[in-house]
Amino acid sequence: MKDNRIKQHPILDVKEQPTITFYWNKQPYQAQKGEVIASALFANGIRVFGHHHKDGSAQGIFCANGQCAKCTVIANGVPVKSCMTPVKENMRVESVEGLPQLPEVQERPNIADIEEKDVDVLIIGGGPAGLSAALQIKKQSVLLIDDKAKLGGKLVLQTHKFFGSVEDSHAGTRGNQIGQILAAEVEKQKNVETWVNSTALYVFYDKKVGILKDDTYKLVKPKVILNTAGAREKFLKFPGNKLAGIYGAGAFQTLVNRDLVRPTKRLFIVGGGNVGLIAGYHALQAGIEVVGLVEAMPRCGGYKVHADKLRRLGVPIYTSHTVASANGEETIESVTIAQIDENFNIIKGTEKTFECDTLLIAVGLEPVNEFAFEAEKAGIPVFSAGDALEIAEASSAMFNGKIAGLRVAQSFGNEVKNIPDSWYEKAEILKSHPGPIYDYDLPREETGVMPIIHCLQEIPCNPCTTICPTNSIRIKQENLMGIPKYVGGCIGCGKCVAICPGLAITLVDYRQESKNPIVTVPYEVMNHQVKVGDTVPAVDINGDFLADLEVVKITPMKNNKTNLIRLKSPKEIAKKIVSFRIQEAEVSKPLSQEVKLQDEEMVCLCERVSAGEVRKLIKQGITDLNQIKAITRAGMGPCGSKTCDNLLKQLMRQEGIPFDEIVENVRRPVFVEVPLGKFADGEQGGKK
Amino acid sequence: MKQNYDVIIIGAGSVGVPTALALAKNNIEVLVIDELASVGQGNNKKAIGGIRATHSDYGKIKIGQRSLEIFSNWEKEYGDDIGWQQNGYSYPAYTEKDEKMLKDLMKIQRSFGLNIEWLSPEKYNKLVPGINMESLRGSTFSPEDGSASPLLAINSFYFKSKELGADYHFGEKVLDIATQNEKVVGVRTDCGKYSCKYVVNAAGNFAKEIGKMVNLDLPVQPDCHEAAITEPVKPFFQPMVVDMRPAADSANYYFYQNNEGQVVFCITPDPPILGTCNESTSHFFPQVAKRMVGLYPRLANLKVRRAWRGQYPMTPDGFPIVGTVQQLEGYINAVGMCGQGFMLGPGLGELISRIISDSKNLDDDKILESFDINRDFSGTEKFK
Repeated sequence: MKDNRIKQHPILDVKEQPTITFYWNKQPYQAQKGEVIASALFANGIRVFGHHHKDGSAQGIFCANGQCAKCTVIANGVPVKSCMTPVKENMRVESVEGLPQLPEVQERPNIADIEEKDVDVLIIGGGPAGLSAALQIKKQSVLLIDDKAKLGGKLVLQTHKFFGSVEDSHAGTRGNQIGQILAAEVEKQKNVETWVNSTALYVFYDKKVGILKDDTYKLVKPKVILNTAGAREKFLKFPGNKLAGIYGAGAFQTLVNRDLVRPTKRLFIVGGGNVGLIAGYHALQAGIEVVGLVEAMPRCGGYKVHADKLRRLGVPIYTSHTVASANGEETIESVTIAQIDENFNIIKGTEKTFECDTLLIAVGLEPVNEFAFEAEKAGIPVFSAGDALEIAEASSAMFNGKIAGLRVAQSFGNEVKNIPDSWYEKAEILKSHPGPIYDYDLPREETGVMPIIHCLQEIPCNPCTTICPTNSIRIKQENLMGIPKYVGGCIGCGKCVAICPGLAITLVDYRQESKNPIVTVPYEVMNHQVKVGDTVPAVDINGDFLADLEVVKITPMKNNKTNLIRLKSPKEIAKKIVSFRIQEAEVSKPLSQEVKLQDEEMVCLCERVSAGEVRKLIKQGITDLNQIKAITRAGMGPCGSKTCDNLLKQLMRQEGIPFDEIVENVRRPVFVEVPLGKFADGEQGGKK
Repeated sequence: MKQNYDVIIIGAGSVGVPTALALAKNNIEVLVIDELASVGQGNNKKAIGGIRATHSDYGKIKIGQRSLEIFSNWEKEYGDDIGWQQNGYSYPAYTEKDEKMLKDLMKIQRSFGLNIEWLSPEKYNKLVPGINMESLRGSTFSPEDGSASPLLAINSFYFKSKELGADYHFGEKVLDIATQNEKVVGVRTDCGKYSCKYVVNAAGNFAKEIGKMVNLDLPVQPDCHEAAITEPVKPFFQPMVVDMRPAADSANYYFYQNNEGQVVFCITPDPPILGTCNESTSHFFPQVAKRMVGLYPRLANLKVRRAWRGQYPMTPDGFPIVGTVQQLEGYINAVGMCGQGFMLGPGLGELISRIISDSKNLDDDKILESFDINRDFSGTEKFK
């Protein structure tokens, strides 16, 4: 039996969990108590959960977020979303082959009224924005809901240290810890009630919000809504995009960083924004081979320090490239990428094919704004913050959440301090996209000890300046965005090396031996073990090889789990060393043999609607997405057009339809599918 | 742009589109004008797709039977899948009174040629396995009734009618109907003027407004119904189930499993919710779920995917208003469908085409009596 559990992780604590037995298609398997069915299946090497009723093609995990239904399995006779349903002792889980069978019911169902609750403020989403906002609302009754078992939102999945500013958004601390800190603070606040495992289904026109809390349907009537529901991932259309094993970075991080399951051996990533780059780094930390990453633009859109991190560890990044085809029978077996010209058309002859078992799609996020939209229509005052308002980093979500919280409090007319203008300015800075890239500004001297700063791009970040005990790193402008600069006075403590979220500061120490200084580099991929006495291939900022160097000392930093690795280096290259490669070049070699390319690209995965089918209708002059839906069913599936809406509009644009001529799909309740019986019985779980 | 037509139909919905098709088939030049962006964007897409001849009067039974023929032969004839299935309709009875009413009505229905039978509770449980048997007295079953996808059907009718020469203008609002010497001569819209000999009012919710343009006071009042659709599962029951029993805040509700395997359901609020607001309220789900799960416990595990709200353009007696009017030559009503536009549309379209091409038969006159604008509206349709 395969065991794809992560037993050792450089950042996350791996706790021994009690195991239970469950059955998959009648065979017994082991699961960890409390985990969801999807993770239990992945842990046992099962990645195909069934076959689609339209075309018989394989289905597996996709959103891992309860939003679609691609991971549906039959659990004890009932079709359920495996990503949201905890596995139980002796549970009989079966794959869905075609349409599932509805079980027979012997007992008469309980019928009971739905409980209603009045609150001043309903916060939808307990991520960085929602939690930060709740902390600012002191006098009103607040109900904060989140669809996951634990507060923190996507912070829970982030094992890397955060950017932003130390004083406003816990920069330098790891995301998952920030989540815990914020959640603990919120839970201390008496006016705030928190509901976990609670999915908001819709904001109805009669000003009530339907919420499924621990499987029981409730109606909440808020005076004000704060939408901090975060973002959803965009999907991409390319031939073969329906194969199982193609999914978003969020799903990947959920499996790896929340459930400690290794869902893949060989991963390929699409998209060089921060999400894709960080997912690649998380994969390496989990002991997964990252074969490569493609980015359509000439430069990665994410922070340079994140891209550099991947390159240095040995992951090739192909800019100006796209996915030409995902190949395989049921699950993805290889990916063909190709170079693209300035019009994003594939340049023939540049195709390369790589073996991989999973393709991560990280091509951008869009706000989950439907709650705000419906609230506005219903006439409930609504505020939004975090990604639900505008896509940015979590550091920005925290700060903007804080402002939104104060604005919500102010809206009740209570005495709440005025929000200083400087806050709004800072909020803008934290939202900033990465700025220009500068050349190295290396110190000339070769004596003493000094930090070398390999952070060459303006990003909103300052932990290095805050942590230095001698105040010897400063940001040029009095602005988070500036490039940090060493101004002298280093005592060699290494705190800046350990805290830098970009892993972009090294220490060069000439004090022992000026010809062979000791270079300190940060390292947090400890499942690739490094020991004193090992020789490692040191690389520069771009990941180019410099020299094989000896590890002379390893200092574990207990408080933040970054290890400081000391390398002995010839002085000529000492300042160029940033890190050392861990992934062999062999991993990223293209296949030499030809593979059969796919030709069908899907726009609606739920209903298996191809781009060709829709293109034909657009060519007939149809610009109403509702009519396209009526004819093709694109958007009629369980995800409620959350995945295809973007792709359909993209197709329209490609066919030359101006944006303002596209007639939008009408949004309807519910945003997530719910069993009919839940609406009939307001006492579920709490039956007397 | 073409400006002269034989017929202008106002409304590209459940009635307007099949009417255009019937006219185009007869080589009559027809233009359909609709304010919305594409075909069937009013109440057509809100219909759940049931198609029956199980009505209580001659006109609707006959039109229903003809519509059923058109729907059931459509794919054979034109090749398009419109989601047709002959799954039948059933009206289970849980009280003595309902049983008697249904059985009495069956006599009339059979006399008009409707194929309808009475099933024992045990037989009915075979068609709807797991239905609540407690005090079930039996059910009617009309095996020739069926269902189809309103979305697929109207689009197929639309493309076919276009092939045959029908024109459509979307996003265009009719402002006026031009008349001369008590005759229709044209239509003015926010985009231009057209001349025509006939205007068909197939404006659904907006029938009354269009009627006003020619000084007709049409007793058509839309009221709201909410509907929803579930995830698809393997077929597990056969017919449309109509539960006629009134409850605290609702009249009947009904559901069936469509050709995709999805259960579609709809409820009639009581008292009615007047108006054309399409926004969903929190009331609907608990209201309908309690009743459905009580009647058919198996449905409890079925996931609801989407809900919506649409209108029944109601007349006082529950029967449509179809046909010409004395005051104005060339004006034809096809309004007040009372929630049955989709199932009556194809049959009515042909009837209207016969009116316009002056080829009505004796049966048509008998049918039109049921739909006459000058009736006293005091009757009540038993199967609203």
